[in-house]
Amino acid sequence: MSHALLLDTTRCIGCGACSAACKEQNGLPLEIEDRATAYTWTVVEKRGGQNVRRMCMHCLSPTCASVCPVGAMRKTPEGPVLYDSKKCIGCRYCIQACPFDVPKYQWDKAIPVVGKCIMCAPRLAKGLPTACASVCPTGATTFGERDELIAIARKRIAATPKKYVDHIYGLDEAGGTSVLLLSGVPFGQLGLRENLPKRPLGDLTWQVLSHVPDIVTMGGALLYGIYWITKRREYVQRIEGHGGEERP
Amino acid sequence: MSVLDVPRPRAGRFGFWTFALGVVLLLLLYVTFMRFSRGLGATTNLTDRFPWGIWIGFDILCGVGLAAGAFTLMATVHLFHIEKFEPIVRPTLLTGYLGYLLVCVGLMYDLGQPWRIWHAIIYWNEHSVMFEVAWCVMLYTTVLTLEFSHIVFERMRWKTLLKVMHAINTPLVILGVLLSTLHQSSLGTMYLIVPEKLHPLWYTQLLPLLFYISAVGAGLGMVIVESYLSGRAFGRELEMDLLEPLGRVMIVVLAIFGVLRLDILVHSGAITQVFQPIYESRMFLGEFGLGVVLPIVLLSFPRVRRSKGGLVIGAAFAVLGFVMYRLNVSITGFERSSGTHYVPSWMEMTVSIGLVAVGFAAFAIATKLLPIFPAHEHRAASRVRGH
Repeated sequence: MSHALLLDTTRCIGCGACSAACKEQNGLPLEIEDRATAYTWTVVEKRGGQNVRRMCMHCLSPTCASVCPVGAMRKTPEGPVLYDSKKCIGCRYCIQACPFDVPKYQWDKAIPVVGKCIMCAPRLAKGLPTACASVCPTGATTFGERDELIAIARKRIAATPKKYVDHIYGLDEAGGTSVLLLSGVPFGQLGLRENLPKRPLGDLTWQVLSHVPDIVTMGGALLYGIYWITKRREYVQRIEGHGGEERP
Repeated sequence: MSVLDVPRPRAGRFGFWTFALGVVLLLLLYVTFMRFSRGLGATTNLTDRFPWGIWIGFDILCGVGLAAGAFTLMATVHLFHIEKFEPIVRPTLLTGYLGYLLVCVGLMYDLGQPWRIWHAIIYWNEHSVMFEVAWCVMLYTTVLTLEFSHIVFERMRWKTLLKVMHAINTPLVILGVLLSTLHQSSLGTMYLIVPEKLHPLWYTQLLPLLFYISAVGAGLGMVIVESYLSGRAFGRELEMDLLEPLGRVMIVVLAIFGVLRLDILVHSGAITQVFQPIYESRMFLGEFGLGVVLPIVLLSFPRVRRSKGGLVIGAAFAVLGFVMYRLNVSITGFERSSGTHYVPSWMEMTVSIGLVAVGFAAFAIATKLLPIFPAHEHRAASRVRGH
């Protein structure tokens, strides 16, 4: 029961209807920008001779949710990764850590928050597809269940293998994403990272963080032990030194 | 005799530095107004592609690291009972305390909504390194405040409070060492989550360990540098019999760090990049050559180490190398993957320089008001005894 999107870059004509619909749906300023910002959550970029739409990948195990100190980022069971601007303290660790460079900041504001695609969560709640998917004229954006979309993507690659790179981007990148991409050129040429581990990136920090209680308890015991031994040694030395003087 | 030992007229220098401090503080005031009325975009060169700059790389990462002398010496004297270092504990504690206070202030500039800092107390995310960092900053600043309050109570001769402090001293020092260990290493852990972004010359699973070891080395280096500077400012003799052994310990710490760093690069294969004509390799060689190899070589010569100038220069290079390492991890290592070249704005520089200046001024004021240096200590002690 997890919603997802399939972006087929070979079908995108770069009309920008998705971007406009997104702005209207989410109450964002309507000026068209040529790159994603805190006020433009999705944009079609021309890269590697293809039109590639940038938007939040809605990771299955989001890096942003892992790094946020106050839990302002959250993966919902329905699919969207949501951002709670009321919790955010503005540390920008999510922007630094996101492997897809998605969260953007309101650098121009004195009281800034992060801006990013929320997969039209309010529309999903009403049983509607995302705004971008509903306006796409060429079927470059398909809305559906993740498993269903993976099957569709595989079918497309199998039907016309010459047209596609034999890979679904997002299948297991950084633990997998709810937004999947198909491309006719290597994904690196689209500005997407190809050096991502298949595990969620949060695992890398958690394998250290999960040892914090051990460090505290064992470290505390060790330090107290050293304190006790050195204090005792000093005490013994003092007594012995004293006794040595008195004995003769 | 080194150039550093030449005494200069103190009054004239004081006038110049006071003037410089005044100018820096005025600029800082202006930048503070701009930062909080116009936002981060108007004052910094930070962008969505480069969201963390020198306020994180220098003010936070270096500020915390250079304060590491406090927990190292507190452990040495109060837990390991190597009590001969007692006379330099207080100035080191003061350095560490001011360091942490300035880190807290620096954080206020960098956070987008600093007035929400308390959110870290009520909204928990134990999977976040930043959450651990936030708690370490809060708790260790509290521990440092308590440890430092001892000196204030002594000055005020509040005997009951002094007794309380004496009773909780050992658990407090242990807590301080634990929190510092967690905090120093967690600043490295923060960068574990960006294997695809941070350049292989700096990315390694062992970043937490490298951050910890380098902080201990730099903390000791700061003890020497800070002793030298305060010695010059207040016309005190350097405690060479205490600082020279610290120099020896620094050789060991720097050597462990250097060997581990090279070992990691050999195993990851990134060592081949060291000799490629790329920007990152030059930055690495600068950091490693000036900050690790040079101080090890300098301090290894007994004649250099036992001379005041030699010891201070060796320690200063280690501190410089530490700062370069932190800046390389937090800034240089991200430039290639971000596709941008980040240079801090003059306003970012002003805040960083301004906070350091405030630190120096606060150190000078604190040493005048409180029993920080050994000479004061004896006087205070005899006064108490005479009571």
